[in-house]
Amino acid sequence: MPTATFGNHQVEVNDEGFLTDPTQWNKEIADAIAKEVNIPELTPKHWELIDYLRKYYTEKNDMPSIRFLKKNGIIPIKDLYSLFPDGPLKKASKIAGLPKPYSCV
Amino acid sequence: MKKIVILGAGTAGTIMANKLAKKIDRNNWSITLIDKHETHYYQPGFLFIPFGIYSKKDVIKPKKSFVPSGVEYIQKSVNIINPESNEIELADNQKISYDILIIATGSQIVPDEIEGLKGVGWQKNVFDFYTIEGTISLGEKLKTWEGGKLVVHLAEMPIKCPVAPLEFTFLSDWFFTKKGMRDKVDISFVTPLSGAFTKEQASKKLGNLLQEKNINLVPDFAVEKVDEEKNVIYSYDDKQVEYDLLVSIPTNMGDAIIERSGLGDELRFVPTDPQTLQSLKHKNIFVVGDAAALKSSKAGSVAHFQAEILEHNIMHFINNEPLQEKFDGHANCFIESGHGKAFLIDFNYDTEPVAGTFPVPVLGPFSLLKESRINHWGKLAFRWMYWNVLLKGFSIPGIKSKMSKIGKKLTK
Ligand SMILES: Cc1cc2nc3c(=O)[nH]c(=O)nc-3n(C[C@H](O)[C@H](O)[C@H](O)COP(=O)(O)OP(=O)(O)OC[C@H]3O[C@@H](n4cnc5c(N)ncnc54)[C@H](O)[C@@H]3O)c2cc1C
Repeated sequence: MPTATFGNHQVEVNDEGFLTDPTQWNKEIADAIAKEVNIPELTPKHWELIDYLRKYYTEKNDMPSIRFLKKNGIIPIKDLYSLFPDGPLKKASKIAGLPKPYSCV
Repeated sequence: MKKIVILGAGTAGTIMANKLAKKIDRNNWSITLIDKHETHYYQPGFLFIPFGIYSKKDVIKPKKSFVPSGVEYIQKSVNIINPESNEIELADNQKISYDILIIATGSQIVPDEIEGLKGVGWQKNVFDFYTIEGTISLGEKLKTWEGGKLVVHLAEMPIKCPVAPLEFTFLSDWFFTKKGMRDKVDISFVTPLSGAFTKEQASKKLGNLLQEKNINLVPDFAVEKVDEEKNVIYSYDDKQVEYDLLVSIPTNMGDAIIERSGLGDELRFVPTDPQTLQSLKHKNIFVVGDAAALKSSKAGSVAHFQAEILEHNIMHFINNEPLQEKFDGHANCFIESGHGKAFLIDFNYDTEPVAGTFPVPVLGPFSLLKESRINHWGKLAFRWMYWNVLLKGFSIPGIKSKMSKIGKKLTK
């Protein structure tokens, strides 16, 4: 398993840079990954979704689909794309230290 | 007398009825099969109709001719399922109670999910090929179309037969080449995925093939709306693609009764145990084929493998035994690549499609993840298999419901 270093945290990641153990994640790691995927700063709006995804994952051991987020009023798709351009769910999951969502495998 | 009700007499429901009819103790159990339509469509054949390879008569047979003796067939639409009272209600308000319910209502395209898709251009220069009506009118259009920008566009995953949009694109390249007008047609493949296909190795292979055939790949395109006055599709992040002819694979969803009955997820698919195929909510409800919310592909071959597992688990359930038989996500798909050739991919929940050979006694060896002529013949022979072997509940010799690793070049 490759490892990656964010600040002074060393974590295990897969080939595509997704954390393999969501419990190794913290906010500094999130900030560092965000920069890697070209999001210079995580605003409260970003954090709302990241927190939601982490909560969802902890409860269901799965990831929601974009359609689920829209249908349940979590976030309008348009906003999702402006916060996390190009593959929003993939980027958001990566920043949140979660596995790559199935729908974009 | 106890009762098994099977909802939907498509690929999965018909196979289940045939399998269970052979197994069940008829003195204590009856089987009822229900579908709203009279005609069984061989949906994989829809791919070939626009190019004049098949016509309507090649893909239809009466559903009744596949109902085994001793099984009651009701041709009516189902209104709602009431899992609390173990009852379903038909469109004419007739109620039917069940001891075991098998949901096999499939998946369908829902063009209304995409803003503007069913606008002024629908069936004029905007088509689908996932329905019989759509594929026939697209065929008519292609007969006289003089060329321009052809855009094949996939709205969101999952869709049934995830390779069909690519196959359509490859066949278009072949079709226009054969007609001597390939230079007048600019072909683009627009997808919400990051590459040509969902699985990595296959995606690379197929992506290269798109390039070789001079087809533009537009990845990461999540469609927001279609403007049929301007002939443009827009993505949520404001990318745009212009078309003269749009072939769309709209959002796929389960039937409306699934939602009405409170049994579905956001796409009206039924949450199901990935291994036993039992509904996650109700112990006496099982789900087979495209109707299930599973990570396996939605394909006829998958429905057939699932049916082989479910047949055993239904018997276990009847005998009050643990549901021992486990589905592994096995899928086996031919991918038509045009010019008389095809690919074959074989994979499951854990193993992605890789290269190698697919050893089938008598029929094989087919080559995996590699173009060949024999794969193409395999694809065409599948129609005969479908009508004469699969639907009747028999197995294809040498092809097992559990994926085999024999012949595969696995790296891990
Ligand atoms: C263009 C295209 C190409 C394809 N190519 C391939 C291929 O090459 N290989 C492959 O393996 N698969 C292919 N498939 C996929 C394959 O056809 C499906 O996966 C398969 O038919 C699924 O079977 P099913 O029984 O789940 O659903 P279906 O066969 O669609 O059957 C569902 C049935 O339920 C009935 N129903 C639904 N709701 C109700 C209701 N409320 N009341 C009563 N009846 C109802 C419907 O009338 C229908 O008959 C292709 C599909 C398409 C569209």
